[in-house]
Amino acid sequence: MVPIAYYLVLSAILFSIGVAAFLIKRNIITVFMSIELMLNAVNLTFVAFSRQWSQATGHLQVSGQLFVFFVMVVAAAEAAVGLAIIIAVFRARNTLNVDQIDLMKL
Amino acid sequence: MNDALRILPEIILTLAGILVMVADALMGKSSSRKPLGWLAVLGTLAALAASFWQYQLPAGTAYYGVVQTDAFSVFFHVLIAGIVLASLLIVLDAVTPQTEGLGELFALMLFGAVGMMLMSSAVELLLVFVALEISSISTYIMAGYRRKSAKGPESALKYFLLGSFATSFFLYGIALVFGATGTTRIDAIAAKIAESNTPASLLYVGLAMIVIGLGFKVSAAPFHVWTPDVYEGAPSPVVALMSTAPKAAAFAVLLRIVYGAMPQLRADWVPILWWLAVISMTVGNLGALRQRNVKRMLAYSSIAHAGYLLVAFTALSAEGVAAASFYAVSYAAMNVGIFAIVSHVGGYDDQLTLIDDYRGLAYRSPLLGGAMAFFLISLIGIPFTGGFFGKFYAFAAALHSGMVWLTIIGLINSGIAAFYYLRVVAALYSNPAEAAPVLAIPKPSLPLLLAILITAAATLILGIVPGSVLSAARGAAGVFTSVSNPLPTDPGPPATTASR
Repeated sequence: MVPIAYYLVLSAILFSIGVAAFLIKRNIITVFMSIELMLNAVNLTFVAFSRQWSQATGHLQVSGQLFVFFVMVVAAAEAAVGLAIIIAVFRARNTLNVDQIDLMKL
Repeated sequence: MNDALRILPEIILTLAGILVMVADALMGKSSSRKPLGWLAVLGTLAALAASFWQYQLPAGTAYYGVVQTDAFSVFFHVLIAGIVLASLLIVLDAVTPQTEGLGELFALMLFGAVGMMLMSSAVELLLVFVALEISSISTYIMAGYRRKSAKGPESALKYFLLGSFATSFFLYGIALVFGATGTTRIDAIAAKIAESNTPASLLYVGLAMIVIGLGFKVSAAPFHVWTPDVYEGAPSPVVALMSTAPKAAAFAVLLRIVYGAMPQLRADWVPILWWLAVISMTVGNLGALRQRNVKRMLAYSSIAHAGYLLVAFTALSAEGVAAASFYAVSYAAMNVGIFAIVSHVGGYDDQLTLIDDYRGLAYRSPLLGGAMAFFLISLIGIPFTGGFFGKFYAFAAALHSGMVWLTIIGLINSGIAAFYYLRVVAALYSNPAEAAPVLAIPKPSLPLLLAILITAAATLILGIVPGSVLSAARGAAGVFTSVSNPLPTDPGPPATTASR
């Protein structure tokens, strides 16, 4: 059986990749994808901890799994709104490069 | 049935929002959508009444302990309903019947308010998350409402990307707290921390992540970078709403988490909030000094005010919670008020936004100019305004718990802030430049007058007779039983706190 710690380390790595990509990538769609990666890292953490607490307490502990369902639903809603905003930006500016979306500065 | 009464204001607002959307779809393409706005105002008034009614409910939870109605949640419910009411009136003044998607805008404001209200009454982190997202997603859409302009979608995009980024941090924090304690209920987390002598280090990382996530939402520096751009690009009436209501709700969540779930870790979160408060006040005020655009200036000022509010968080006793709640009310009153005038002068399309455009406003329209000067004076914190007592209670609470340096830094910042607010007051009462093109400012309409009346009266009452709101805020603070008896973990004098 794979120890819980492996899952936690994997999700921490995924989360860090998401944060790094959010800060480095220049295409809006890729930036948006890195947010999804962060959310999925969180989901993995929830499921891993849920299992750990089920083993520790001896009875099924589902609140972590439940949280994952809600995260997935909300992520879908967020994607709908986010992609609509990205389309509006593309129509107004004809670019998807974050460096060129810079009408407003200090 | 009993459970439903505990979320009665949310139910009313949801129904009103659905009604607005259905009516919007049934109306003819060319007919005016303004009656829908009045429908939304009616719904908000009903929700406000329902929130007041909830005061007499005994404190308790509903829906398997997910929602808690108590003096604290009702306090913020009334505040949020009031903000939405005033913002709806401002929208009614700012838009023309031809404005695109007006029906949906009213509905989104109501749905967003549902999320904000649920944030203040949620005692389960799952509901906190869902409510936060209801509120955030509604505001993302509203920020980009002028989608044909170049700045509108840019503003929405920046808000959306950084907001979702912050939400991921908030969620990761919740996941780690769940890992450390095995529960996501706020009272159960507190009990779990109390029974274990050495809290897991996961808990500290989780707490830090939660503070980062909420720091973005309340635009505390160094998580503030989105604020000026979003406020500049979003329509002014929407900014009136999103600079106050979601922030008040996020502060309510932060209060619930730090005072409700983690009072034992006080010695660890006070230094974090100490630094957030200092950086927010300084960055906000120094940033506002160099702004020529009124909306951007007010955005930096809102960062600074988030800092003043965080000062109250570092106070030891229930006094801190009361001061933070009071500050949220006074800031909301004056900030919604000033955005009512900015929205009327600038118009929905933001034609006049520079400080120079406001030159001589007090002569052209004594009412608008005078009200704006009054709100600016309140934002400085001069006596007989709500802003004065807000700052007074926040700093007094910090001082009583020994945060001398924090109070001194806060007072210096208030002095810096006076400079840029007074610059606008001076512009209001100076003669307009000859060459400047003076766009005609339309006569204030009835909804705008109502909005200014509500906010100005609230600011004045808070500044002259703050007693009733203060006692309500104290009642709200009484919900947190842990803070009424000071904990033994006094972090000591502020010098050592700062050096942690």
